[in-house]
Formats: sequence, structure tokens, C-alpha cells
Amino acid sequence: MEYFQFLIIIIFSPLINGIIKKIKATMQGRRGPGILQPYYDLIRLFKKDMVISSVTSWIFKATPYIVFTATITASMIVPVITTKASLGMMGDVIALIYIFALGRFFMALAGLDAGTAFGGEGSSREMTVAILVEPIMMLSIFTAAISAGSTNIARIAQIQGIFYSPSHILALFAFIVAIIAETGRIPVDNPDTHLELTMIHEGMLLEYSGPYLALMEWAHYMKQMLLFTIAVDIFFPLGISNNTEFSGIAISFSAYILKMLFIAFLTAFVESTRAKMRFFQMPSLLGWAFVLALLSLLTYIMMGK
Amino acid sequence: MLYSLRIFSKIDPENFLYIGVLFFLSGAVISLVPIQKVKNYIYILSVLGSIGFALLSLYLLFTLPLNLFSLPISSIFEFSFRGDAISGFFVLAISILTLAVSIYSIGYTKEMGGKGLMGFLFNIFILSMYAVVLSGNIVTFIMSWETMSIVSYFLVTFDRDEKSAKAGLVYAVMTQIGTAFIIALFLILYKQTASMNFSDIKTLSTQIPENIRHLIFIFSIIGFGTKAGIIPLHTWLPIAHPAAPSNISSLMSGVMIKTGIYGIIRICMDILGQGPEWWGISVIVIGAVSSIIGVMYALMEHDLKRLLAYHSVENIGIILLGIGASMMFKSHGLYTLSSIALIAGLYHVLNHGIFKGLLFLGAGSVMHATHTKNMEDMGGLLKEMPYTGLFFLVGSVSICALPPFNGFVSEWLTYQSLLLGFKSPSVVSKIIPPLGGAALALTGALAAACFVKAFGISFLGMPRSKHVEDVKESSPLMIAGMGVLALLCLVFGIFPGFAVNLIAPASFAVTGSYGITSNSGFLYLTETSAGLSPMTILFTVVIMSIATILFIRRLGGKRKIVYGDSWDCGIPALTPRMQYTATAFTKPIRMIFKRIYLPRRELKVSYIVKPFFVKSIKYSGEITPFFERYIYEPVTVFTHKIAGKVRLLQSGSLHLYLGYILITLILLLIFGS
Repeated sequence: MEYFQFLIIIIFSPLINGIIKKIKATMQGRRGPGILQPYYDLIRLFKKDMVISSVTSWIFKATPYIVFTATITASMIVPVITTKASLGMMGDVIALIYIFALGRFFMALAGLDAGTAFGGEGSSREMTVAILVEPIMMLSIFTAAISAGSTNIARIAQIQGIFYSPSHILALFAFIVAIIAETGRIPVDNPDTHLELTMIHEGMLLEYSGPYLALMEWAHYMKQMLLFTIAVDIFFPLGISNNTEFSGIAISFSAYILKMLFIAFLTAFVESTRAKMRFFQMPSLLGWAFVLALLSLLTYIMMGK
Repeated sequence: MLYSLRIFSKIDPENFLYIGVLFFLSGAVISLVPIQKVKNYIYILSVLGSIGFALLSLYLLFTLPLNLFSLPISSIFEFSFRGDAISGFFVLAISILTLAVSIYSIGYTKEMGGKGLMGFLFNIFILSMYAVVLSGNIVTFIMSWETMSIVSYFLVTFDRDEKSAKAGLVYAVMTQIGTAFIIALFLILYKQTASMNFSDIKTLSTQIPENIRHLIFIFSIIGFGTKAGIIPLHTWLPIAHPAAPSNISSLMSGVMIKTGIYGIIRICMDILGQGPEWWGISVIVIGAVSSIIGVMYALMEHDLKRLLAYHSVENIGIILLGIGASMMFKSHGLYTLSSIALIAGLYHVLNHGIFKGLLFLGAGSVMHATHTKNMEDMGGLLKEMPYTGLFFLVGSVSICALPPFNGFVSEWLTYQSLLLGFKSPSVVSKIIPPLGGAALALTGALAAACFVKAFGISFLGMPRSKHVEDVKESSPLMIAGMGVLALLCLVFGIFPGFAVNLIAPASFAVTGSYGITSNSGFLYLTETSAGLSPMTILFTVVIMSIATILFIRRLGGKRKIVYGDSWDCGIPALTPRMQYTATAFTKPIRMIFKRIYLPRRELKVSYIVKPFFVKSIKYSGEITPFFERYIYEPVTVFTHKIAGKVRLLQSGSLHLYLGYILITLILLLIFGS
């Protein structure tokens, strides 16, 4: 059972995106597409023929597989509904961040591979955002890891109590900002735009079509759900089961669904009420998040909680 | 590992030393023989010599310290070579790289002028590095150290043009400043303990007063730090590494600068035993600053070799993060943690040697083929040079610490050891290491950006200039040399336990604890209950990729792939000039960190009719080289000024000089008696 919990991420990640889009549409007074729309998109893309730029090298073709499988590998490390995660021995939360970085590295290379300005621009911006986000993510995770005495995600989820200390709340806020930036959402990036000059993530994918595009999109959905799951595991593990008994799993699963719906709502809310920032305003937002993460660490060490 | 050694147990370890030395010396001598044909093959001798030393290193790692060779000249003056696990580890790190670089050099030097001299210097250089880490007393150490510095000076100036000469001068000055501090610290040690031998000094070092120990620590950080290339003593690296031929820059950056790390470990952790907390903390801070500033300057470089040189500064910083944490834990008496941190640092020493060596060799191949160092003139090289490209990519992925390659494991261990800071008793030791971890995260992300740029701009996209038009792949031996290192990047990545077992004896010798016990494919730290298995990660990625390919086949059947142009917004055709450049790629970073880069830009617009018809626009931009301009330049100017004043004494008149001698004599007669 515990070996297969990563399938939840693979299967339901497009759904989360569909739900976010639906909530956003409702908030903006539109009807919007159905919540299953991402699945239809993926299936259609998988069945299409491909157009590939003749400038590209093998990097361009290998990247979708690397990005997709790296994301799956990352999802195996993360406890979704039970902390009894045997595959968690494969790596810890630091490994997880670096597995994401592997995907990002190749995605940025693929952006440069076709020799267009848009791809290069997307790569450049993606790497810049990563530079600002990664320290925030590390530092806020450090706070949780230090207080749990472990970098193993399952272990952190087990040890984390119900009651929240000031340091955790600060770290959580920093982490949320990091997730927003990392998943390419407003106010850092706009996932819906296809105006070349404003996009980050989509810029790198501009040359992709058919199944390769489907893999990249799917990996993106998975990464988003994974980051939500990590946030839940580390900062809000209430309800997660420590074993694989049916009753525990049932509670855990329903708690997980509720948490995901809550985060989806939160994301949609932020996206509907904020405007996208200018690219060079972003460092101040992320700098602010970094200070929060730093404060959380100092708070923990000074106050001991 | 021990089992395989038993086979050799009949042979005295000294013999491996003699065999190794013999091969390198004969290589050096044969290089001077004026027969052209022989000179291509001297590197085979270096390969054999490296293997000899590699076997010696395994011996040293798994046996007790032993005296390898000693030659007394007078009562206190003696050549002495002594090996223990620490030396053994560094000999191993050097051997791995020299082996690969020697193979590469057979192909690389084929069309080079001055082949004989190159072969001679190459062999002596490698021997001198071995001599440094195997020295058993002060005199031997300083002589080996100086030989290494002088030979590498000749290698930096090997091309004999004005640029190399200038690079050589900067290198010589910096390295001699470092040596001055090293000699000073050894004099202090000798004065305090009245002994030349490292082993005797070590036993007597507890008597040294506290303040003097601090002084020795500071001197060793400055002296050895200059060789290692810590900020702000790093300025010679980005000048000297690019000037040297690529096989030499590979050795210099891969292993020579590690002798500085060896010195720091030997003096501060082995001989002095353990120091106060602030030693470790300051090494962590130096490491964090070096890694961030190093990689930031690397990002702005478009010269492939200068970029790599700045990355050496970064990686030395990462190594020092581990070593600093180890010193800190040691001062608190937490020996297991200290050992884990030292293993992290030493693992990175080994890894950096391998991947940086590989990257410099790759850069050498690229320059060999394109005759340019500027990546803005490259592009699309992956198609013409598939193997060089692949190996350069492996090196890039490793240096960015991405799984499943070797850099990832050592950085992971560094993160773990910094996080373990929370187990130490004092508040400073709890706060600084996690901040070092945040610095490491920033460094990692910056390095990834830098290598996306380095690989993406030079190997991907369309050819950017005529340099790339008829590029050929390097010769098979050059590829083989890189291939060995690329393979090792993977091996040390997916078998971390194997590497840790090689390093642990060295760490045990310093900290008295093995730290991590592990089997080959899997690392587990009980302290943080964190596991890591890069092999499983690789395995999963491969299996899942196959599954994905089958899944796609299944879903859509056989589909057509059409090859077309890149998206060009409907204009007639994209030209290479429309691609993103390296400058453009790093522009956002330059803007965001402008307080550090202090970028300057100049825009000159000349008009035909102002303001509508522009005749020409001239744009130039640069970042301010902060350390060179605001620290080194004033010092240089000041020194020149003083030197100008001193010149008054040296008028060139013989009578005046005789006068000086007379005055000195009289003064000596008065005060000397």
C-alpha cells in the first residue's frame, strides 16, 4: 500500500489543476471548463503528431522524459496519506529539492536548444526565479527539519505536533511564497498567459508539441501537487496516518482531500485577487519571504519552539 | 577494499612510492630527449606512475602511519616523506585526476609546440603535488610547496605571450604572499616545539600558548587559503587558470588548489588538534562567502575557462563549509558529527577534482576545436562534438550537485552536517551552520543557472560565429580521458558508500571517529534519520522512462514527427544573432544583484537628425571587478610608489654602494660587539 501512494500524485495532479481553474472561473464570474479538462487536454496531446525544430539536439527529446520521471521519483519520496513510506529511504527533503532542480536544469537547457529568443528568455527567468526561491525553500524546511531532528519527510510529518509554534507559522508563510514562485503562479508568473514576453514557464515549453508537451504539462501538474503535499506534510500533518490500517488510511485520505481542496481554493483566491508582478519587483517579494524564513529559524533557535 | 589489498600485502608499500616516482621521473627525463616521436608517449609513463601512487594511497588509507623515505642531510635538515590516512586520501584524489589527464594529454599535446618542456614540467608538477601531501617535516614541505609553485608558474606562462606573462606575474606574487605566511607559521611552530617533524610537533602542540595557536590558525587560513583560492585571496585563479594549457588548468584547479585544503586540515585539525569554536565558525563564514561570491562572478563570465576558474572558488567554499563544520563540532567534543562533516568536505574535495578536471578538459577540447574561449562565439557544438558535449554535460550536472551524480552526494552530506549544528551546545554554533546551508542553497541555484548558460549557450542552439563552422570532434584519447572522469562522476554518485569507506579512514585519523558506516549504494545518517540512495533514484528514473515510452506508444500508436523551423513569429527566418546570448541570459541576475556586481553601462548614440534618425548606437557594459579594483589596485599603486622611493637608494653608482657597505660595516662594529 505504502509503496503505491505516489500514484495518487500521478493520477490526481491534473484534477487539482482543473479544480483551481474552476474555482478561479467561479470567482471571476465565468463558467469555465469542467474540472476534468486537464485530462482531456493531456489525452489529446498524447495522441497528436509532433513538430520538432530542426535546430534542436537530443537534449530537447530527452528532456520531457527526464522532467517527467524525475518528478515521479520525487513523488515517491513524499508521504501522501501514510508516513509509513519505505521508499522514503531513497532520499530526504534535500534530495527532493535537488531532484526538482534536475528537472529544471534540463527544462532550461531545452529552452535554449531551439535557438529562439523566447526559449532563452524563459530559461533565463526560470533560473533567476530559482535562485531566489531555493534559499527560501531550504531555510523554511530547515526550521521544520531542525525542530523534528530529521530531514526525512515522513519523520517530520510524524513528529510535527498539532499545536503550532511561532517559528512554524513564519516558516509556513515563507514556504507558501516559495511554492507560488516555484509553481509559476500569480503574482510571479501567469500560468494562463501565452503572450511570449510575459511568460516564464511557458516560454521554455514553446517549442514542444504533442506527447512531449503532454509530459511536460503533466510533470508541471505533478510538481504543483507535490509541493502542496510537502507543505501539508511538513507544516500541517494533522490526520496523516502512521500505518497502513484501513481506518487510518480512510481518515488520512479524507483529510488529505480536504487539505488539497483548501490549498486549491487559496491558490485560486490569490490568483484572482492579485495582479502579476513586474519581473523585477519579484525580488522584493521573495526577499521578504527570505526574511520570514530567516526569522523563523532564529525564532526556533532562540525560543526553542 | 581491504581484501583486495591483501593480495599486495607481500609488497612493501614503499615500493609503490618508488615505482610511482620512477615512472614520473623517467617521464620527465625522457621528455628532454630531443626525439620528437618519443614525446607523444611519455604520458603513458605518467599514467603508470599515477596507478603506482593510487595503490600507495590505498595502502596509506588502510594501514597505520608509516615513514616512507628519509634522507638526513644534517642534524636538523632532513628530507622525510611520511604517509598517513590524510595524505593517503589526498594522494588518491591527485592520482585519479592525473591518470585521466595523462590519457587526455597524449592526444592534447600532439600538435603542441614545446612538447618536451611540457612533458618535463607536467611530470615534475605532479610529483611535487604528491611530495607536498606526503611531506613528513617542515623543510620537505616547504621545498615541495615551492617546487609546486614554481613549476606551476612555468606552466601558467607556457604560452609565452604577454597575457600569460602577466597572468604568471599575478600568480607568482599571490602564491609567494601565501608562502610567506606558511613559512612564518612553520617558523612559529618550530620555535614553540623545537621540532621539525610533523609527528613530533603534533605531540608537542598542546604546550603552545593559546594566543600563538590563534596566530597559527590565522596564518594557515591566509597562507593555504591563498593557494585554495578563498575570497578575497582568489584573484589569481581566474587569471592563471585560463592562461595555462587546458590539461594543466585541469590539474591546477582539480588538485593543486586542494593542497591548500590539505594544509588547512593538516595544520588546524591534525597538528593543532582542536581549537576554539570561533575557528570553525569563521571557516564556515569564509566558505559561505567564497561560495556565493565565487559563483556570482562565474555567472558573469563568458570566457569558458575563467568561468570554470571562478567555480573553483565556489567549490573551495563548499569544501570549507564541511571542514568548518567539522572544526566546530570538534571544538565541542562532538567527534562523530565532526567526522561526518569532514567526510562531507573531503568527499567534495574528491568530487570537485573529478568534475572540475573533466570540465576543464572539456573546455580544452572545445577551445582546441573552435580556437576561441568566448562562449558567445560558440553554439550548436553538441551536434559536431557529441562526446565532448555529453561529457561536458555530465560535468555540468555534477558540479550543479544534481542527482544522481557525485557532486550531489557530497553537497547532501554538507547540508546534513550543517543542519546537525543544532546538536551543538552554543547558540552561535546553532545559528551559523544553517545559514551556511542557506548560502549553499543559493550557491547551488546560482551554479545551476551558470551551467545552463555555459552548456546551453556553447553547445546548444545555432552556431553563433564562423569559429564553429567546421568544428571536428577531439581525438579518441582526449575523449577517453574525459570519459574516464565522466564515468567516475557517475560511480562516485551512485556508490556513495564505496566513496565514504575510502574517505572514512582519513576522517578517522583527524577526528577519531568513522562518522558514517554504510554499504555501497546507500547512505544513512542515524543522527537525522536521513537516507539517500542515488542509485535507486537513477534506477527509478530509467525504469520510469522506459515505462513512459511504452505508455506513449500504447496510447497513440506510431505517430509522425515533422521537423520544422523554430517558432519565429512569422518573420522570414531566425538567424543565429536572434538567439539569447550569455549576456542576455544573465541580465536579470545582474539587475537583481546589482549591489554586488556594480554594473556599469555606457550608451553612445549618434544621430543623423536628432532625435529621429539614428546613425549608430554603441553599447558597452561591464561589471566592476570589486576585489581587483578596490583592494588589489590600491595596494599595487601603493607598492609602486614605495618602490619608486626606494629606488633613490639604488642610483647605480658603484661608489655609493661601496659607501653603503662601509656604513653598514661601521654600524655593525659599533652595535655588534
